[in-house]
Amino acid sequence: MQQGVERTATKLAIFAIAMFGFGYALVPLYDVFCEVVGINGKTGKVVEADIDRVDMDRLVTVEFDTNVNADFPWEFDSLSKKIAVHPGQVTEVEYVAVNRSDRRIVGRAVPSVAPTKASLYFNKTECFCFTEQALEPGEKKVMPVRFVVDADLPEKIKMMTLSYTFFEVSETDKVARSSSNENIKDNINNKTL
Amino acid sequence: MSEAVAHDDHHDHKPTGIGRWLFSTNHKDIGTMYLVFSLIMFFVGGAMAMVIRAELFQPGLQFVDPQFFNSMTTVHALVMIFGALMPAGVGLANWMIPMMIGAPDMAMPRMNNMSFWILPFAFTLLLLTFFMPGGAPAGGWTMYPPLVLQLGDGFPFLIFAVHFLGVSSIMGAINIIATVFNMRAPGMTFMRLPLFVWTWIITAFLLIASMPVLAGAVTMLLTDKYFGTAFFNAAGGGDPVLFQHIFWFFGHPEVYILVLPSFGIISQVIPTFSRKPLFGYASMVYATASIAFLSFFVWAHHMFTVGMPLTGELFFMYATMSIAVPTGVKIFNWMATMWKGSMTFETPMLFSIGVLFMFSIGGFSGLMMGITPVDFQYHDTYFIVAHFHYVIVPGIIYGVFAGVYYWLPKWTGVMYDEKLGKLHFWLSTISVNVLFFPMHFIGLAGMPRRIPDYNTIFTGWNQIISIGGFAFGLSQLILVWVVIKCARGQGEKATDQVWESAHGLEWTLSSPPPFHSFTTPPQVTDATAHS
Repeated sequence: MQQGVERTATKLAIFAIAMFGFGYALVPLYDVFCEVVGINGKTGKVVEADIDRVDMDRLVTVEFDTNVNADFPWEFDSLSKKIAVHPGQVTEVEYVAVNRSDRRIVGRAVPSVAPTKASLYFNKTECFCFTEQALEPGEKKVMPVRFVVDADLPEKIKMMTLSYTFFEVSETDKVARSSSNENIKDNINNKTL
Repeated sequence: MSEAVAHDDHHDHKPTGIGRWLFSTNHKDIGTMYLVFSLIMFFVGGAMAMVIRAELFQPGLQFVDPQFFNSMTTVHALVMIFGALMPAGVGLANWMIPMMIGAPDMAMPRMNNMSFWILPFAFTLLLLTFFMPGGAPAGGWTMYPPLVLQLGDGFPFLIFAVHFLGVSSIMGAINIIATVFNMRAPGMTFMRLPLFVWTWIITAFLLIASMPVLAGAVTMLLTDKYFGTAFFNAAGGGDPVLFQHIFWFFGHPEVYILVLPSFGIISQVIPTFSRKPLFGYASMVYATASIAFLSFFVWAHHMFTVGMPLTGELFFMYATMSIAVPTGVKIFNWMATMWKGSMTFETPMLFSIGVLFMFSIGGFSGLMMGITPVDFQYHDTYFIVAHFHYVIVPGIIYGVFAGVYYWLPKWTGVMYDEKLGKLHFWLSTISVNVLFFPMHFIGLAGMPRRIPDYNTIFTGWNQIISIGGFAFGLSQLILVWVVIKCARGQGEKATDQVWESAHGLEWTLSSPPPFHSFTTPPQVTDATAHS
């Protein structure tokens, strides 16, 4: 019977450890799930523009929203607030960022698209959010974004919003930069923002 | 069998002094320590609730600053859930399961000792945060990032306290399953187990499946704050909503971890005082198992408002609704057990009927919130506070009270004071409804939870709620008095069977039972199996 107790306990302990792993497994599963069903507002991959399929019959309004994370001393704005595009048509818009502090700051913009359904069809061919941006004190930078709204966009979506939030990389990850900056980079690259 | 489990050489002479408790490997002593610890934590958490109700007696800020108020709501929840409710369930399991299945003790007595003694350390860590720069956790017991990451020096203490609590409950759960699977008396087949034992097996599986996930989630918080990972940090490509998913993947089964033992207790109590066997024993077992199974597929009903796609909201709405079916089966069976029974209303029965009535109120408000479109109105208002307090206080805590009154004469050998017991029940029942029922109204009217101040139009109801709260808090002192009287042996001598119609192995032992429950395993037949 003591053997039976030990066997049961061992099995259960292994089960508990496996569930601890499952908690971590939820992290990639969550991303995969969001990517497959196109939720969470994460935008699609970097794509080559497919100019053959421009849907000239309809127009979709794309709005541009800009934010900076709390206490992030940059001014960040888009030059156009909204724009009407044909699905399939490559469009370029420009953003301006100004570093209002007295130190060099590295920031990263995290994009999201609403409604979440639209994020599946919103593709960028060029974006300042693909890499980190560094600004010297007082420096001003104009940054382009080139995007295509996929021609397969469902008819009922007439409007979508592209939103960027700038986060400071240099400050928040002071500890991280030495140890796991590579991880963060990998993380970001894997996500193909 | 006995060499394996009779782990020490003293048979019926107990060790004495502090060593008896510190080094105890005896399931009854450990059960007692769990229950006493739980009672102490019940009053610690209760004191925090009193601070909350005192502050909310009037609009504006009276006694405490908002940061401390937030700590009160946060730590009240952590202390009550992990310190009062869970140890109470484990304590009852320790005391009763070996006696109910005809075993001499728990399967792994040393681990049992360890899983108890981790608890005081865990709560020392948690409560120490009140004296640290940055104060105690104040971002809600759900520990959502990024808010929780703003906690000061107390943060790692919170995380490690949660780790310890998880380790303790996982060890307790492994022990319970190992005991029931391997140490049942001859003839005690699975379908003859008392329902309390069944609900605990299922609870233990829920614990082993969900606590490690919580441990993982808080570890991610820890590495996010100190080691530069970005699980929940948008700047690093993470997602704060992910935490909510992981947390509630643990959090919803946790709700059933708390409530199932209470269901088990009233499934023992109601047949005894109705003088009828439990109606639909097998369906009770299957209903409990299906509640547990379904609990892993409903977590996102805690987060309908985060912006899930419609399909997700519908899935979680229907999954949530479907849990009402097995729960309805259970409520039906309890009522059918009472139907045409020769009922008497001793204190344990009163508390069990209280569970039936008031748990159902909490169940119905839960159904209301399971409806996604209306949940947007109820979310984070006092309506949800009313809902989960109806489920927890007159649902779970009343179940524990019922169990304590039911088995106290068995544990101590003397009958408790029935008059005081009934007084405890009636004062609690009146005050608990004064306390929690009006929360439905102010919640529907829009009063948000976790805020120290409120619009003056809510003043009247808040004052009634606070008065109910103070009355409920004071009523619990009666329980302490009853327990102390019994522990000192003041009261009528209890018979072995204690209750006229009590069935099951625990009632064949003397009152109080011998230090090692069954040294020779009893033979169980249909006639001697539970009820």
